[in-house]
Amino acid sequence: MITKETILNYLEEVFDPEVPVLTIQDLGIVRDVIIHSDQKVEVVITPTYSGCPAMNTISTNIKFELIGRGIQQVIVTEVLSPAWTTDWMTETGKQKLKEYGIAPPQYTTKNNPSETEVVVPCPQCNSTHTQLLSQFGSTSCKALYKCMDCLEPFDYFKCH
Amino acid sequence: MINYILHLADNALIYGHRLSEWCGHGPILEVDMALSNIALDNIGAARSLYQYAATIEGNGKTEDSYPYQRDVREFKNVLLVEMPNGDFADTIARSLFFDAYQFLFYTALQKSSDKQLASIAEKSLKEVTYHLRFSKEWTIRMGDGTEESKQKIQHAINELWSYTGEMFDASDVEKQMIETGIAPDIASLKPMWEQIISDTLEEATLSFPIQMQGAWFQKGGKTGVHTEYMGFLLAEMQYLQKSYPGLEW
Repeated sequence: MITKETILNYLEEVFDPEVPVLTIQDLGIVRDVIIHSDQKVEVVITPTYSGCPAMNTISTNIKFELIGRGIQQVIVTEVLSPAWTTDWMTETGKQKLKEYGIAPPQYTTKNNPSETEVVVPCPQCNSTHTQLLSQFGSTSCKALYKCMDCLEPFDYFKCH
Repeated sequence: MINYILHLADNALIYGHRLSEWCGHGPILEVDMALSNIALDNIGAARSLYQYAATIEGNGKTEDSYPYQRDVREFKNVLLVEMPNGDFADTIARSLFFDAYQFLFYTALQKSSDKQLASIAEKSLKEVTYHLRFSKEWTIRMGDGTEESKQKIQHAINELWSYTGEMFDASDVEKQMIETGIAPDIASLKPMWEQIISDTLEEATLSFPIQMQGAWFQKGGKTGVHTEYMGFLLAEMQYLQKSYPGLEW
């Protein structure tokens, strides 16, 4: 008998292709797991950004992982509402991001201050003396910053 | 209903496609990445809308049927988004006008009686907020920049102005959707849009094209009557599917 918990455990092995230290659960994109009466497993995910090219890969990886674990029928469905937010990212996820060299979201969407007041500590040296270079980084979810103390440029996972 | 969804999808796709033409050609790396990111968000929104249209229409349609297998007259995007990129100022002026529109439009569409459209709006609004910030900032930076940048952005604003009226001028399809509560009343968004534009231009020390107020506006895109640029755009965008029909990755 497959349970929702088992499936959620299996999904701990599915990583984000763009930020490979994060599991899809760290990112908060797994919204639900439904075990249908015919034992078909449905994984409900939500895209981070509309055009995120990682979504197709994630969906394929979920199927690979579950089929590899012996689940016969897997379907992955996407929901758009409520829209994904970095508020759903786990604390472990944020910690892993920082260790990977990407500054994790510093605020929740409820208390995100205006752009000029945002303070993003450098993931390398922890200095808060940093500067926004561009609101758009190497992927949709990141902004580009630089540290004025250690002079390293770095990515910030935008509070979204 | 389907024609309305396709109109929204075409707006996002053609705008996204134009911006994607900057990929690899941006004036600086950060701008190149920003424009490509904005293009991606718009193409993503277009995909959600085309997928929705395909589900409603059935008949073997997929999200790819609409972008690749229709001809110019079947596209219902506003003329503004098919305008060529021109120089960087032309692109930013077009973006300012359209991002401000999309911002207000998606805000209102969140209240649509159609659940799927409301969720696409909710998702896209978060992204458009970044886009609008970007196009506002660059308008201000150019207006408040050198003599040359100021002259270029002012010129672009004036040139594209006559393409802005169409956004707020409801087509028959839109009128029907507005009546049923599926679409927001776009005409009512115009004063708020003008406010965003005039506040931005003021901060940019630019002048609002006041002489154009009440002037005649270009229109036609919403009914499939496009500018000559549209055919060239489609020729490039549809090249692969026209040469190798049905080709898949």
